[in-house]
Amino acid sequence: MPKTILFIEDESALQKTFGDILKQEGYEMISALDGEVGLRLAKEKKPDLILLDLILPRVHGFDVLKKLKEDKETKEIPVIVLTNLEGIGDVDKALEMGATTYLVKAQYSLEEVVDKIKKALGE
Amino acid sequence: MNFKKILSQLNIPAQCKRYGLPLWQCPSFLFLIMGIIIIASTLIAYAIGTRYIENPEIVALIILILTAILFIIAFIITRSFERLAEASRMKSEFISVVSHQLRSPLSNLRWAIELLMSGRLGKIEERQTEYFKILKENSARMGELVQDLLTVSKIETATLPLKKREISLENLIRELISEFEPFAKASNVEIEFKPQKDLPKVFADPSQIRLVVENLLDNAIRYIKDRGRAEILLEKKGKNLYFEIKDNGVGIPKGDQKYIFQKFFRSENILRYQTQGSGLGLYISKAIVERSGGKIGFKSEENKGSTFWFTLPIK
Repeated sequence: MPKTILFIEDESALQKTFGDILKQEGYEMISALDGEVGLRLAKEKKPDLILLDLILPRVHGFDVLKKLKEDKETKEIPVIVLTNLEGIGDVDKALEMGATTYLVKAQYSLEEVVDKIKKALGE
Repeated sequence: MNFKKILSQLNIPAQCKRYGLPLWQCPSFLFLIMGIIIIASTLIAYAIGTRYIENPEIVALIILILTAILFIIAFIITRSFERLAEASRMKSEFISVVSHQLRSPLSNLRWAIELLMSGRLGKIEERQTEYFKILKENSARMGELVQDLLTVSKIETATLPLKKREISLENLIRELISEFEPFAKASNVEIEFKPQKDLPKVFADPSQIRLVVENLLDNAIRYIKDRGRAEILLEKKGKNLYFEIKDNGVGIPKGDQKYIFQKFFRSENILRYQTQGSGLGLYISKAIVERSGGKIGFKSEENKGSTFWFTLPIK
């Protein structure tokens, strides 16, 4: 049974890119284009990992992270924040809230992100 | 200050035009008006007071009225400065918003190219690879420019985080030299690093100091024509570590030297043969070094080379 990754990201181009590469790596990817759908799918599907953007429609990424970590059904799921937001305190805030890793999109290659995903899944 | 510069300072309409302000909102024009009124009012008050009016209360009233006029003008001048400051703040905000907005499509583009180039979606022919390389290199260039613009806007709005800790500048330089090795080799440049023995650590933000050394190293290699040599020194000087990078590159023309740390400035001789570069690297480097409690400077001679240096406090 392949491990599932929930990708909460409003950019459909990125959903497609990650969909392709993660499938090749043997994972199953579930897409959510906004925070609200992301929270619902996290509870319904119980993915092995969540990739979370912060600037999201409907529910902001920080609120999604907070709700995920407050809910006993989802709090154990590792969350990788994948965003271009890097204001003062954003990284510390996300890590304090329980994110496993904080990745700034502009600073990582696709392969490096995939490596971080594998690491967070303990592979 | 030479005569031409003094003349340009006195050309008030031209100065106001440069700021994009009408005359009545332009600080230099209002300052001139205020000066004229001060002198005129003092003379008038003196003349009226001594010759025509015996009643000192009327003299006091005249002075009061003139003072009120001066207050109003001072208020207008202050407001016009506020408008300039606001315009500058809005410009920084604009740069920040645009850069942020550009980052997302750039990440999408970069990662899509990487996925295509990895061959995971199918084999790529050699001729296609060349074009993918062009796409990759140019999206990386755009990414670097956007990153520089974001750093500038953070410097200007004082929101650039400074996470200081003890770091080994020597190790950081060694890491960067090995990262730059392929670029140096391709440019026929030899890098020599001569650190003093047993150097203490410095107290600074490693990611930002990395940016400074990266900028100086990149400039040294980039602006060496044909082949050459970049020499890096690192030594303890009093309570600071002193870094120096010397190249035998194109150098900076004398007339351009005073502008070299200005935002977007690119020297005329460089523009002739090197079109890449945003003119932001040295501006960013200066801001970072000064914020870290150090100093930065250079000496340069056209066609002979440049030596850039900076210091950082040990504790």
